[in-house]
Formats: sequence, C-alpha cells, structure tokens
Amino acid sequence: MEYDKFIGKYVGRTELRVDAYGKVTGRAKYSADLAPKDSYVAKVLHSTIGNGEVVSIDIEEAKKVDGVVGVFTCFDVPDIEFPTAGHPYSLDPGHRDLCDRHLLNKRVRYYGDDIAAVVALDEVAATKALKKIKVEYKEYPVFTTAREGLDKNATPLHPNLFKDNVIAHIDFKTDKDFDYDKAMEEAKKQYGAENLVEIVKNVKTPLISHSHLELPVSYAYVDTNGKITVVASTQIPHIVRRCVAHALGVPMGKVRIIKPYIGGGFGNKQDALYEPLNAWLTTKVNGHPVLLEISREETIVSTRTRHRMDADIKGVCTKDGKLLFRKITNYVANGGYASHGNSITAKCAGIFKNLYKNPMGCSSEAYTVYTNSPTSGAMRAYGVPQSVSFAETLADDLCFKAGLDPYKFRMDNIVEEGFKDGGNVFYTYGLKDAMKIGHDHIKWEEKREKYKNQTGNIRRGVGMCCFMYQTAVWPISLEVSGVRMILNQDGSMQLQIGATEIGQGADTVFSQIAAETTGITFDKVYIMSTQDTDLTPYDSGAYGSRQSYVCGNAIHKCGQIFKKNILEYAIHMKPEYKVEDLDVDNNNVIIKKSGEVILTMAELATNAIYEKDGLNNHIHAEASIETTTNTFASGCCFVDIEIDMKLGLITIKDIINVHDSGTILNPALAIAQVHGGMSMSLGYAMSEELLVDEKTGRVLNDNWLDYKIPTAMDSPDFHVEFVNMKDPTGGYGNKALGEPPAVPPAVAVRNAVLNATGCMMNEFPMTSQRLVAEFKKQGLI
Amino acid sequence: MFDMKWFHEASSVDDAIEWLKKDEDAEIISGGTDVLIWMREGKYAGKALVSIHNIPELKGISLEQNGDIVIRPATNFYNITHNDIIQKYMKSLGEAVDMVGGPQTRWAGTIGGNICNGATSAESASTMSAFDANIELKGPNGIRVVPISNWYLGPGKTVKDRCEVVTKFIIPKSNYENFYGYYIKYGKRKAMEITTLGCSCLVKLDDKKTKIEDIKLAYGVANPIPKRVVEGENFAKGKMLKDIDEQFLKEYSEAALSGTNPRDSWRASKDFRIQLIKELAIRTLKESISRAGGKING
Repeated sequence: MEYDKFIGKYVGRTELRVDAYGKVTGRAKYSADLAPKDSYVAKVLHSTIGNGEVVSIDIEEAKKVDGVVGVFTCFDVPDIEFPTAGHPYSLDPGHRDLCDRHLLNKRVRYYGDDIAAVVALDEVAATKALKKIKVEYKEYPVFTTAREGLDKNATPLHPNLFKDNVIAHIDFKTDKDFDYDKAMEEAKKQYGAENLVEIVKNVKTPLISHSHLELPVSYAYVDTNGKITVVASTQIPHIVRRCVAHALGVPMGKVRIIKPYIGGGFGNKQDALYEPLNAWLTTKVNGHPVLLEISREETIVSTRTRHRMDADIKGVCTKDGKLLFRKITNYVANGGYASHGNSITAKCAGIFKNLYKNPMGCSSEAYTVYTNSPTSGAMRAYGVPQSVSFAETLADDLCFKAGLDPYKFRMDNIVEEGFKDGGNVFYTYGLKDAMKIGHDHIKWEEKREKYKNQTGNIRRGVGMCCFMYQTAVWPISLEVSGVRMILNQDGSMQLQIGATEIGQGADTVFSQIAAETTGITFDKVYIMSTQDTDLTPYDSGAYGSRQSYVCGNAIHKCGQIFKKNILEYAIHMKPEYKVEDLDVDNNNVIIKKSGEVILTMAELATNAIYEKDGLNNHIHAEASIETTTNTFASGCCFVDIEIDMKLGLITIKDIINVHDSGTILNPALAIAQVHGGMSMSLGYAMSEELLVDEKTGRVLNDNWLDYKIPTAMDSPDFHVEFVNMKDPTGGYGNKALGEPPAVPPAVAVRNAVLNATGCMMNEFPMTSQRLVAEFKKQGLI
Repeated sequence: MFDMKWFHEASSVDDAIEWLKKDEDAEIISGGTDVLIWMREGKYAGKALVSIHNIPELKGISLEQNGDIVIRPATNFYNITHNDIIQKYMKSLGEAVDMVGGPQTRWAGTIGGNICNGATSAESASTMSAFDANIELKGPNGIRVVPISNWYLGPGKTVKDRCEVVTKFIIPKSNYENFYGYYIKYGKRKAMEITTLGCSCLVKLDDKKTKIEDIKLAYGVANPIPKRVVEGENFAKGKMLKDIDEQFLKEYSEAALSGTNPRDSWRASKDFRIQLIKELAIRTLKESISRAGGKING
C-alpha cells in the first residue's frame, strides 16, 4: 500500500545508533560506574509485615558494626509527604499527584516498605548492620486485592488522604444516561432477543515487573556550591528534581539531577524511586558521596509494577456481527502507594471505550484501590495491555459464541478514521490497513479453515488483537520540550536536549531530525546524552511514547531558528545574497536555486566566532515547544500457534505486529523497538506474574529465576510491518511507537488458543498449569 | 562484594581436606554457581571457602579397564555433554546437563556441585539415579563409596560430611551397557530455568528388540529427593513391544505416579505435577525405546 510518507535525507532512513560503539565496547558509563571510589554505600531496611506500624526501632547494635557511618530510621526523616509520579507539576491543585509517602515510613503499607537505612563504608558492613536492626511492629490485617481493599472493614492505608482505600472511582460513558440493562431491553425490542449474543465474564491480568537490566542506581553528594546532587538511572531527571526538592523541603534550585546512560526503564524509572532518600542520606553524612544500589529483589518488590486488574466485563452483539453495547467494571490494585494514582486506570478505561464503535453505548467503570501489595505505577503502554485484554478477548468471545469471523467483526465494528476523544484525534488512520497486512501475512482465511474441528494432542490456532494508543500525554498533562543547538568552530553542532535516551534510541533519532532540519550532516551532530538539570533544557522525560513527537517537534523548531541564524551570518559574510535565497545542505551554505556552495559551515563558524566584527556571534539557537495536539497511533498483532495439549505448551509458529505509527523515523531502530515490545507481551501472555502471598503480602517470586521473563530461546522470529503514513501533527509526521508494540501480542495468542481449543482463557498469564487445568475442565485431555 | 571469611585455592584433595578441617565455617567451592549465590543471599554469609576448582585429579571422564565409567566431580557440564565416552554410552546424561541454566553456567558449574547441592531439581540427579552411579568420597577418615540411592537424605541434604570431598562418580559397566535413555527437563522456560519436573528413563531391549528386558525410571522433583521409581519400572519390565498400546501407557504412567509424592506449592500445583509425572513417563519411555532401536505403535 502506498501512502503520503516522508523519507528525507536522514529522517525515515536507518542510521547507526549514535551510542552503538560506546555501548558495545563498554565505554558508555552508567551511574554505578561513575560513582567515586570512596563513596559510602547505603542499604535500605524493608518491613517484614504487610500492614501495620513501626512502634520502635533499636539501632544500637547496628551502629556498632565496624564500618557503619550512620543508621537512619523512619523516626528521623522530615515530616513531609511527597509525590513520586513522573508527571509534570499541575497548577490545578485537583490534578496534582498524591503526596502519600515519607522518605522512610512509620506506617507500613506493604511487605517490603522502606523503614530504615544504613550508610557504611562498604556493602558488607551495611548488610551486616541491617541484620542487627531490631524492629517492633503493630500489625493490621493484610489485604492484597482491590476487591478486598473495597471492603468496609479494610484498614484505610492513608487516612489523612482518604476515609477508605479508594484512590478514585471513575465511569467513562459514551452517554451519561447509558445503562446496560436498559440498552439490553432496547436491543431486544430492536433486534429480537433471539438475534442477540451476550458474553458476561471476568478477566484477570497479572502483577508484572518491568525487568529492565540496570537496577535503579543512584549516588548522591553535596557539591561545593551546596547543591544536593544526585546522579541517577532515571527516565525523568527534571521531575525527579522536583520530587527530591519536595521531599527534602528545599528549593528546586538547590537540587541537581544528572542522568548518564541508563540501562532501560520501561516506566519503572518514570517515578522518583530512591533518589529522594539518597539525596537526604548524603545531607546526613556531611555531603559525602553515597551510592545506593538496590538489588533485583528490592527492585521487584519495592519500586513499581504493572497494575494487577480484575474486571467484570459484558457485551452484546447481534448474531450477524454488529457490536451493540458493552460494560466493564475494573478493580485495580494499586499497592501501598499511589505513584501515578488513577491515571493508568483512566487510560485503560478510555481505550476500552474508544477501541470500538458503541452504537448503543458503553460504560467503562473502574476503582483504583490501595492494597497491601507492591506499588503499581507506569509500565510500558500504561494500562493499555490490560485494556485490550478486556476489549479484545470480549470481541473474540462474542465472535466464538455467535460463530462470526473475528477479522470481519473488527473490520465492521472497530474505531473509525477521524475518531475524536477530547483533544485526542485519529488524524492519519492506518488501523484497517494494518489489519489487512497482518491478515494477509498470517493467511487468515486459509488457516481458520484448516484449523476447524481439530482433535488430538497437538493443535493449531490463529488469533489477532488490535489497539489504539495516544501519542504523548496532552491534554491531560503539560507537554513541554526544550532544545539548544550550538555551532562549533568546525561547523559541527552541539545538540542539547532535556529528553532522555533510555536505550530506545532517542539520541539517534533526535540527531537525525536535527540533521534533516539544519542541513548539517548526521555525523557532525554531537548530541549530549547526559541530561543534567543544571545544563540541559527542560523536558519532562521519557514516557508516554512522547519524546520523538514532542522533542522531535522542538528540534524541528529549534533547527529552523538555528539555520536562520546561520544564514543571517552568511549574508554578513556575503552581503550580495539575501537570506531567503540561501539554504544549508551537506555542511555548506548554498544558493537554493542552483545548489552552488558559497561558504562551508567550517568557514562560516570559524569566522562567526573569531571575527572582531562587534557582532558577538557565537551562533546558537534555543527553542522550547508546548505541544497542544495529540494523535492516535494504532496497530495489531496476528499470530499462529501450536499447542501441546497434555503439557500445556504453546509454541509460536508465526507472529507479526503491524504498526500505524506515522513516519518511521529510523526503520532499523523501529523494528528493534517492536521486537522488544513483542517479547515483553509474550511474557505477559504466558509466563510473567508476581505472586503475592495473600496472608502476609510478601512477594514469593522476587527474583529472575522464579519470575519468568522469556529468554531468547523462548522467543520466536518476530515479524514487523509498518503502515508508514505521514501524520499532519508531527514535524516529520511520526506518531507513538515506543510503547505500542507491547500491547497486542498477548491477546492475539490468547485468541489463538480459543481458535485452537475453544477454551476462553481469561486469566493472564496463560501458564501451562492454567492451560492444562482448563483443558481438563473442558474434557479435552 | 561478598561477605567471605577467607579463601583457599586447594592444590590437592588432601590439601582441601586439611583446610576444611581448620575452620568450621569452611565450605567447598568449585564452579561457584550455587555457593556464591548462597553467599550473596546470606545463607553462606561469613563462610570461608576452599576451592577445589583447579585440582587436576578431580577433572575428566575415563573408561576404566573393567569397563566402568568414571566421571570426576570438577568436570563442568559443557565438558560432560561434549565428551566422547558420555556421548557413546550415557547420552541422556550429556543431554540432561546441557539443560542447566545458560552457557555461562554450563561452563562454570560442575556435576560434583550438582549432586552435592542435594537438590531434587538438579538436572543430572535423576539421570545419575537411573544409572545407579556410585559416589566415592575422601575425608579425614579415609575413602568410602556410597550408592546414589543412599546419597540423599532430604531436600538439600546428603550423607556427605562437610570435610569430605567427592572424588569420583563411578558408573559400573552393567548399569550402562546396552541401555538407551532419554531425559526430559520440564521447565517453564527453555533456558535459565529451574526444573519443574525431571524425568529420566533408561531402557534395555532384548537382542531381537521385541521386549523391554530392563528399565530404569527416575524422577527429580516428583519426590523430596531424586530417585528411581520401581513401581513404574516393574510395570514395564518384560513387556513385549507389540503389546505397548495407549492403555498400557496409561497404566504405566499411573504405576509411575504411585511411586512419587508430588506436592502443592506456589511453583506448581499438585494436579499439574501429577499431569507432568504421568505424561513425561510416557514420553521418556517411548523415546528411550526408539533410541534402543525398538518400535511401538502407541
């Protein structure tokens, strides 16, 4: 299919990652590599109860351990409750993140809560001291699920904020008067009860750990100018600065956050994690550097997770395939602290409602509830993997019951071109084309026919799943991004941005956009990968699939100013020309019409700096942008699986993700991004699940042996296609791609299991144990 | 950074025993793929370590004059899998240890550690049990030999004294000759995995390949310790291949199950383990017969 697409000199083409050699050779340095050799080491003491209060802490023995510098407890920290979510600050008090935790907490809300910290000369001393701290608790009954949290007998975890444990209760309706039962009556009248098909069910999605490679490391020190400085593995340095200042009760200018290379985040590092605590610890040890490197176990339990959701869902379609109305009530366990609060639930609810046309209405209701379990926050695709686990299993179950083809059902009922929800608009619409590509790749009709009426131990099935996804977060949140470009004497460019490279390839794409916009070649764009709140411009950071859209547009804007500044200096050197007659291409100033070179960029730059002409012309440009558009990306996954019924083993025989993400800025990087997301989703589909002991709230599988992320051996060949269509709102027409790949594969696999076996699996992950239990229940094995 | 009392690189088995005797906190380290993890998680915090990793007499695999196969304990998994003697006579053991962790673990980890950690999930344990290996140890009181069936005392516990060093695994000729086997490690992933259930089968057919003359069936994780399940073996011993049908296999798997004691845990439910015990019994038997050159219909 041919579209109006953008392929420029650099944008739209595969360029080698700017950090490829540095990362492959190990020369790229990460936070822990950079910590001074004489840094103290901090360790955190975590609660061993799931709900209660710290009555007293005895630290006397711990302080005596050789090498201990200081022991600090929840009774020592400032009495300030602060927020941690990676959201820009809101001037509207009603829209601010909840301030619900101290640096160390007397009130224990989950098993693993932070209650004390040791600073020591080395790790062994710190660990020994931790073991010698004696804690006396007062315990309350533990509740780990959202439904239990709603019970009136559940202890309110944050009584100063809420009288119960409900962070929010929402109901997004297509029409404020929509009522499921009334819609049913109406439908019976209109279509006849015998022509309606209804599915009523419950779907559960798992608590998931991001499993980024680099742990959330930081080291903190007080600089010579008195600034509390934290070098941290974070996606959001500017937001972390605000959270640290808030937590310590100091002005923002007193805090500096530096973000070197980081080894992945997937949204876990879209929260202030241990940076505020570490910032405080250094102030308690005379500003000496303190390295706080939590373990994998601590990362799994005590940072953030993907929300566990438990949804009652129902929907009705006609026997001939018209989806009429739907309702979901989603119970969302948020853990002991709010983190991102209700925003992930809200995004989940919005996409459930929006993904299909709702001719007779839809209600998307949800409760976000505090629970005694690990805190949930942002994770790649922010509630939308769960959303399609609800919407797209319902669609297939309706089709199965009514004997309809799921592909045709979606073609008829799915969200249409031009759809709007507030400020979010489907400008370019490639969803149905994406479906067509996936459908053809997997040979949908042929396989559906072939896989009918199977028996025996080995069975095959095909399945699909669609999604839509906002690009960036406007109008819910502010979208600001700052960029600075500086011309070096040799005609090369320094590019400084506030947006963060977190492994996704942002620096490379930003360099491509800068080169495309300014005419300075890609190899001469030197991007500063480190974000430093004292040096680099403001940007909210890496999340929401926003950066190549928002920061990309900011670079586009800055690049135009930069080029104008260059050309204005060019006519100072060559007064015979006018700015509008000139352009920059391939590191030269050229005459637009003829392409003739009149100055090299090196000549111009050297002259600009060293000419004693009184113009003081160190050529640079600075721009920031506030984006006030948002465009929907979309796509789908198609999969062909084989099931070994008696062992409950699913093998992916073929899988394809097709993405409608506007202009593909760098195809090789984009494909890699999709591969990673698909792999992540297959973990959600079949193996990844944190198990929380119901009685104690303790996480049972807090390590990478028992928490099963797929290995390379488990991963099939991933096929990727793009509907490469230029969107009118982006500088170069790109839409979201960072998170979407992690959305559809899990449900496509689930729907393929339905196709293969007739079993409606409604609890993720579909482990072998769950599959075998279901196959037995259905009498298939 | 490890909380380690001291470390000694032993030059010989006797030297290792001497150093182990010196300090009650001293423990053996070989590949380190278990010991360093225990040290990190605190179970071995403050321990002293005596390394037997570089003792030449503890490495290698040989075929003795009398036909016995000797596997020395510090031989790493990679070198077991790729050894000619193992490939020829104990193929299923080579395959079993090739399922340990990932490539790095298979290069560092040793069969001695795998048997001495006492884990019922250890990849080599059920196959070594099927082969009825004998374990030779040397300690302050001299040398003794323990059959693997007497080796395990419980989860993580063996008869080995702290100051004893395993010096040999001996597989008598009669235990491997004309036996063909197959091991299935059932895990939730295809690599970097702990065994949910391990099943190892060895089959010896008669000369005409019409009958199961002898069979060994051993499980890991189906019981608190790895061990042979004679209930299953006896059911299949002497069976004519032509009589092996679905009904027989079903009954065979039930017989195998009767010799196990699967339990419920958060890692896997009892029902699921039962399903695996039965299904893996059938699959390992079928493949073992096929490897022995026999043909069945079922």
